[in-house]
Amino acid sequence: MKALLVGEYREGKLLDTIYELVAFAGKTGADTAFCLIGDAKNVPNFGGTLYLADVVKYGEYNPDLHKKLILAAIKIENPDFVVFSHSSYGWDLAPRVAANLKIAQISEVVDINDGSFEVGCCNGKMRRTVKPATNRVVITVQSGAFSIQKVPQGIPTVVALDVDCASKIEFLGYEPVEAKDVDLGKAEVIVSAGRGIGKKDNVQVIAALAKALGGELGASRPVVDAGWVEHSHQVGTTGQTVSPKLYVACGISGAIQHLAGMKKTDFIVAINKDKDAPIGEIADVFVIADVMQFVPVLTAKLLK
Amino acid sequence: MKLLVCIKQVPDMDSHFKANESGDWFSETDLAYRMNEYDEYAVEQAVQLREQLGEGSDLTVLSIGPDRVVETIKKALAMGCDRGVHIQDPYVHKKDPWQVASIIVSYAQDKKFDLIFTGMQSQDRGSAQVGVTVAELLDYNSVTTLVDFEYADGAIKVKRELEGGLKGVVRMRLPALVTCQLGLNVPRYPTLPNIMKAKRKEIEAVSVSSIPNEEPLASSNRFYPPIKRGGGVVLEGEVADIAEKLIGILKEKTTVLR
Repeated sequence: MKALLVGEYREGKLLDTIYELVAFAGKTGADTAFCLIGDAKNVPNFGGTLYLADVVKYGEYNPDLHKKLILAAIKIENPDFVVFSHSSYGWDLAPRVAANLKIAQISEVVDINDGSFEVGCCNGKMRRTVKPATNRVVITVQSGAFSIQKVPQGIPTVVALDVDCASKIEFLGYEPVEAKDVDLGKAEVIVSAGRGIGKKDNVQVIAALAKALGGELGASRPVVDAGWVEHSHQVGTTGQTVSPKLYVACGISGAIQHLAGMKKTDFIVAINKDKDAPIGEIADVFVIADVMQFVPVLTAKLLK
Repeated sequence: MKLLVCIKQVPDMDSHFKANESGDWFSETDLAYRMNEYDEYAVEQAVQLREQLGEGSDLTVLSIGPDRVVETIKKALAMGCDRGVHIQDPYVHKKDPWQVASIIVSYAQDKKFDLIFTGMQSQDRGSAQVGVTVAELLDYNSVTTLVDFEYADGAIKVKRELEGGLKGVVRMRLPALVTCQLGLNVPRYPTLPNIMKAKRKEIEAVSVSSIPNEEPLASSNRFYPPIKRGGGVVLEGEVADIAEKLIGILKEKTTVLR
């Protein structure tokens, strides 16, 4: 068995999510090779074959060209698995590779057992198993689902990749992250509002609990999208990653993108009326109650 | 200009899910259905572009599924789509992303759509494959995870959402397909006059067996809740009592309450 692991560069840096792909490959027992549209001066620690194309020539984002380069690497390497992170890069690119080879793609894999892949579904509340009908399979791996104890060592043997670089897609660059007026990264206590609070007016109830606990207000993505709370308060993969001593999730179901941003918390309290909410999986205390009934009572008792 | 938006009807994600009899997907009993949340943003963006283009442009909304999906198509029509297409398939939940994409392609390939909108993923399956696969099969340019969209002079300029709040700016010419992320716009609520107007809009019914169907590349076999990690304390009951209990636990287990 062979796995071709496709890594990712962002603003000149190799993302270390590549080592999660190594952990995934380790679990399948496959031999690994890497494929990167990257920089020869900034390669992963690894003793095997690295298919490398120059990121200056092909751009950090150009799925059209990256697809062609990865297809060229697949042709030489002949892997059983072509593995990406389930990230903005991976979910954009993986289906292009799979469709061109007419092979199965399995998205957001969290585990693998006897050739059957376990993936999340229904907003992370449920799981299903998927079995490919093709010998070669494209995989995207859920962020954080596989981790390795030790970063591999060694210097890779580079095989240079080159394709015609005419493209119909133009990458114009990055737009920087909005300036943050709150640094949640340093907060000891964060109390976050989720969609379960019901309406914008209720944000103040959650903010009052945050104040009573001496902490900061956080928010889940839907609450920020709805304009109830500023983006600078957003916790999750597209917001801030936090590691407070106490995190109180109020009416947050616990989408994987949110959990990825707060699971390093020492102690997690979740308040939700849906007892199946995925946040319950990682909570130290799971309060099954209507958030707008429970929170004011809790705040009042704390202030007494 | 011809526009297409592809939407899916999904169960309300607050539902309690149980496996069906064959154990491979959820039981439909007691579920309420709605438009996939990501698709609401796709419909809104398509309708905004339709309004920008005005006369001479046409926006089709397509959905695959059993008869109940007509309700979701009607919502998209009430939001401002011009016509609907219902690909009748009571077994669409048994199909893999490759098959779903190929059904859309079978319908779309001779229609010469200039721009196709889809959600970034469905809330129930969440594969994030169908949109991009449609584009590959039609040989269209495509870009995923849109949080900003502009159209001018036969080209689109979009912003993609990346991890950590960074955005990638991308430009491409039409024909193209885009997949829409949450927060791209503010999806409108259909007004009563528009709901009434939508009743007169055409919904073309196409039987899935009347168009070419591909064999699956993968099968979904078992549907089940995640294994409980355990260890967490569950508090349930009278609000005042559980608030007291929670404060007790926080005093004992954390250093934040003094």
